[in-house]
Amino acid sequence: MKTAVIVFPGSNCDQDMYYAIKDGLGEEVDYVWHAETSLDGFDAVMIPGGFSYGDYLRSGAIARFAGIMPAVIEAAKAGKPVLGVCNGFQILLEAGLLPGAMLKNKHLKFICETVNLKAENSETLFTSLYKKDEIIHIPIAHGEGNYYCDDQTLQELKDNHQIVFTYDGENPNGSRANIAGIINKAGNVLGMMPHPERAADALLGSDDGLRLFQSILNHWRESAHAAYTS
Amino acid sequence: MKKVKVFITLKESVLDPQGQAVMQSLHNMDYRNVRDVRIGKYIELEMEDSADVAEQVDAICDKLLANTVIENYRYEIEEEHL
Repeated sequence: MKTAVIVFPGSNCDQDMYYAIKDGLGEEVDYVWHAETSLDGFDAVMIPGGFSYGDYLRSGAIARFAGIMPAVIEAAKAGKPVLGVCNGFQILLEAGLLPGAMLKNKHLKFICETVNLKAENSETLFTSLYKKDEIIHIPIAHGEGNYYCDDQTLQELKDNHQIVFTYDGENPNGSRANIAGIINKAGNVLGMMPHPERAADALLGSDDGLRLFQSILNHWRESAHAAYTS
Repeated sequence: MKKVKVFITLKESVLDPQGQAVMQSLHNMDYRNVRDVRIGKYIELEMEDSADVAEQVDAICDKLLANTVIENYRYEIEEEHL
């Protein structure tokens, strides 16, 4: 499996993501600069955390118009796994690949801590190695992670089982329905505020995030196998 | 030339944590009669004259300047005297 890690000016979790895949997962990975226009040859796309373009105007708003974004949207439409973490999640929202928007954290503080997440949906290609409702420990680090959507969107998210991760216990940022991560209807685009790449090795305090990347790899192997035998 | 003044505000249905913090501060300063505070953005555009300036400003706001999931915008177009 060959994975692209998109790098925007201001991305600061790109290396964590790179090493989670290279060392944690043991798979091929490359950085792709935001001004590139093609993702040909990549099997999965990661949009890392950080402060793309300094988050001027709004988180993710300027990155959404970067040269690489048409290729990201094309990859998403082609069914390739696309994961956006933190600022990457904000960019996916701005790009319209996921519904909703981000507000500043309810108490206006930048929060950097490890939280308990509940795996609400363990039947996605990103979460197949978690148990349903399993509590996992993943760090968060954000000032604008207060996920917002209107009532109708929230109902749709619930009806389609698109809420993948929720905060267990205290909600750190005031997000609607304790949402920490959502997936698109097709099931191949996941956005989440917590950082699985920062929990990809026991040395980091938790390796609960590694299974997310392993789930993607398993899915890729199964679909590659299916394509080979069909 | 046209000067375009764009005002972006959070929708009424959306909690404005910055506004709430400022209101709390005003109450602490004894301005108890302040009922609500909403904080928005003000953006100035300088644009060359063309027949469809308003249309362009709408598109610019919809695409980039405002996130219409959470924000409203309005604007004023003025003649720029250089």
